[in-house]
Parts: sequence; C-alpha cells; structure tokens
Amino acid sequence: MNVFFHFGRYFILIRRAFGKPEKFSVYRNRIFEEMNILGIGSLGIVAIISVFIGAVITIQSAFNFENPLVPIYAVGVAVRDSMILEFSPAIISLILAGKIGSSIASEIGTMRITEQIDALEIMGINSASYLIQPKIVACVVFSPVLVIFSMFLGIFGGYVFGVMTGVVTNYEYIYGITYNFRPYNVVYALIKSGVFAFIIASVPAYHGYYTSGGSLEVGRSSTKGVVYSSVLILTFDLILTQLLLA
Amino acid sequence: MIQINNISKSFAGRSVLKDVSFTFQTGKVNIIIGGSGSGKTVLIRSMVGLNEVDSGEVLYDGRNFYELNFNGKKEIRKEIGMLFQGGALFDSKTVEENVVFPLSMFTDLSESEKRDRANFCLQRVNLLNANHLFPSELSGGMKKRVAIARAIAVEPKYLFCDEPNSGLDPKTSIVIDNLIKEITEEYGITTIVITHDMNSVIEIGDHILFIYEGAKWWEGNKKEILKTDNKEIQDFVYATKFMKDLRTKF
Ligand SMILES: Nc1ncnc2c1ncn2[C@@H]1O[C@H](COP(=O)(O)OP(=O)(O)OP(=O)(O)O)[C@@H](O)[C@H]1O
Ligand SMILES: [Mg+2]
Repeated sequence: MNVFFHFGRYFILIRRAFGKPEKFSVYRNRIFEEMNILGIGSLGIVAIISVFIGAVITIQSAFNFENPLVPIYAVGVAVRDSMILEFSPAIISLILAGKIGSSIASEIGTMRITEQIDALEIMGINSASYLIQPKIVACVVFSPVLVIFSMFLGIFGGYVFGVMTGVVTNYEYIYGITYNFRPYNVVYALIKSGVFAFIIASVPAYHGYYTSGGSLEVGRSSTKGVVYSSVLILTFDLILTQLLLA
Repeated sequence: MIQINNISKSFAGRSVLKDVSFTFQTGKVNIIIGGSGSGKTVLIRSMVGLNEVDSGEVLYDGRNFYELNFNGKKEIRKEIGMLFQGGALFDSKTVEENVVFPLSMFTDLSESEKRDRANFCLQRVNLLNANHLFPSELSGGMKKRVAIARAIAVEPKYLFCDEPNSGLDPKTSIVIDNLIKEITEEYGITTIVITHDMNSVIEIGDHILFIYEGAKWWEGNKKEILKTDNKEIQDFVYATKFMKDLRTKF
C-alpha cells in the first residue's frame, strides 16, 4: 500500500512540476543556476573518480591477461568497454545520487519546514515547478556532458597509468581502444544516464518536498532520497541493459 | 471582504478549529487575538489553502476559494500578501532579492523599477542599508520586517500578517503597526493581523475576533473589548496587574 501511495504522489508531483511556468525568463535563469550548481559543481569529483578507475581497470586487467593467448591490447578494450558501458553512466550516477541527491533533498526539505515553499505557493507560484523542474532539466541536459567527460578521462587515465607503469605500450592501448568500437554503446550509455539523471533529481526532490517536522526529518528525507534513487538507478540499469543491449 | 463560514479543522482527531465564522472587512485592520495554541495560525493557513479544512468555506469578495481548481486558487493567491509567523524568507536570496522576487515573477517592471519599488518598501519598514545581507545575517526583528516588505511589494488586495511585531522593540512595533494601518486605508486592503500585543489591538484594531480554544468567542471593536464582561477576554486583555489596575480606574 505504502509503495503505491508513494508512486502515486510522486507522479502527481512530477506532473505538477512540469506545469506551465509562471514566467519563462525566470525559469531559464533557474535552469542555468541549477546547471551551474549541480552540473559544473560535479565536474571535479567526476574527473577524479574517472581517472583513477580508468587507471585501476588498466592495471587490473593487464594483471589478469598475463595468459599469452590474450593479446595485450585487450587491456585497452577492457578499459573502453567498462568505462562506456557501465562505469561512466551507472557508477558515476550512483555517486552523483549521493552528492546531488542529498543536497537536493535537504535544500527542498529545509524550504518546506521553514515555510519557504508555503511562501511561494501564497505568492501564486507553482512551487513544484519553480523548485523541481529546473533541477530535473539541468540534470538531464547536463548528464551527457558528465558522462562523455567521464568516459574520456577514464580512458585517458588508463592510458597514462598503463604506459607509465609499462603494463601496456602506447601502440597497443590505442589499438585496443579503437578495436571493434561500437558507437551504439555510447548511445546506450547516454540513454541510460539520461534516465538516471531524471531519477537523481526527481526522487530526492520528492522526498524533500514532502518533509514534515523539523531538522531531524530533513536529514531523514535526505537519506531516503539517496537510498531510493540508488536502488532505482540499479533497477533501471538492469531493465535498460536488457532492453537496449540484449 | 473575506467571509469565512463554519470552518472546522482537526489534526489526527484533535479538533483545532470549531465552526468558526467571521467577516473580515475591506479597508479595515481586522485583528485575530487569542491565547497561544488557540488556533490563530491554523485559521489563516486554512483560509489560504495551506491546510485542508474538514468543513466550511472561504469567500474572497464572493469567490468561493475551496471550490476553485489549482489555477483558480493561484489567481486569488496572487492578490494575497502574507507574512508568516517565522518570516519564511528565501535563504538563498539577499534581502533585496527577497523583496524583488514577487515583482520579477508577476510584473514586467524593469530591473531598476523593481529595485526602486523594493527600496521603497524596505524604507517603509525602517530597514535601511541591509539590502545585500542574507537572511542568516539578520536579527529576528529584521527578518520580520523584510518579510513585511516582501508581502506588500506587489500591492496585495488581501494582507495576512501572523504576529507582525513579535520580536520588535516598542518603537519599531509602532512603526509597523502604523504602516499596516496606513496601507490598509490608503489602498483599501482587507488586512488580517494576528497579534498578542494589546497595544496593537488598541492602536489599530478596527474589527476584532477573539478565538478561544479554536472557537469564535467574541467579536467587536477596540472600544468594546475594553469594556466587555466576558471573562476569557478579560483574562486575556487584563493579564497583567498593571492593566487590571488601569481597568479599575476607568
Ligand atoms: N501541522 C500540525 N499538525 C498537528 N497539529 C497542529 C499542526 N499545526 C498546528 N497544530 C496544533 O493546532 C493548535 C493551534 O496551533 P496554532 O499554530 O494555530 O496556534 P496559534 O494560535 O497560532 O498560537 P501562537 O500564538 O503560539 O502562534 C496547536 O495546539 C497545535 O498543536
Ligand atoms: Mg501562531
């Protein structure tokens, strides 16, 4: 029962969030503001994690491919495919669910308990669309940027560490990452990450929006927002992979 | 004119408002008084639809608020200025941005016109040189005054103030009281003020509603309230010995 209640209320909120904006110019500015906070503000953490994971995958797969039957350029293939297929779209999304999700839920939750949302409503503003829609739009629009950025940096990190430590040569790595490359995989990754971005923005926003009580409940909403969006990301990862790749 | 008819409201089975009916008059300062926890805040939140009521109706110049859909309610809300008991300032915006915000949303004024209007309102609440501070950098009374400036920025037809001068010093209190009375009369606003402050009641109260444990206990004007024999009101009005002594002198 509880699940249906939350689903119903979630969809009603999202529908309200995509109602007609009161004033277009204000919304446009809000979207840029959110892109700056949620998107640009995440570049740093995405860069660091991607470079390191690319490097780790390179070293690990070189270590595992010591069998003479496996060509050493397979390291490049492994880094490329793990970054493009899973790491950049899904794992980065999980990390962002923690970073962005908790900030969205606590921001909106605090606005709820300090009556700022009521103040918006009383002014005749659709608070759901004013607060939530720009966050969703910013996340979804910015997600391809983050994903492609992460793919490049992961593959680049693998290259630098692989060549530096000598587990793979310059030529083999480049050969590996171009070997049998399927552009469709990137499309698949972008579709996935778009869906995840929607979840990352909307689920914590939902939990924040329906906070009631005090600061304790804001913390609780923030935790719930992160946990539920992570679980949903993993669920949709499975569903979309089955639909798009199988 | 705002008319409320038979409003009842309970939270989880506990009755907070009991069949309250009243008419708030246009161009007058209508005051709601009552003890702490008597249901004043719940009443005005219900009137603007922030709480759902169990029964009753609210008419804004004849327009039945609860029967309107989301967009219809929005249209009436655009005519409402509201001061929340806690201020409810947007804490990501500066003082000036808070006051400019409703103007950006609903008017086509230029940036400098909006700023002029905001400064005019801030000046009227006696708040100068605070334009670029954030709410977290303000004192309680300053927050209240910014919230009042924001509520009157769009020239509302209906003004709701939940304890406008709690937390203000007596002098600023009088400034705010006078401001509320002035704009109410000047623009013909239907103003509702919740207060605990008997000074304000006597100073600006044209029409008074006394709520006792969620029910309308008494209504009248400021002359009548000093003379009534109603025991609960006497307890409220003459709560201090000083006031009691005053009454015996009348
Ligand atoms: N959201 C809520 N859930 C449950 N009970 C509530 C809620 N809001 C208010 N109440 C209850 O309703 C009663 C009236 O509260 P209200 O805030 O209207 O008091 P008030 O008259 O404004 O008091 P004060 O002068 O102290 O502000 C209180 O007993 C309060 O506990
Ligand atoms: Mg109150």
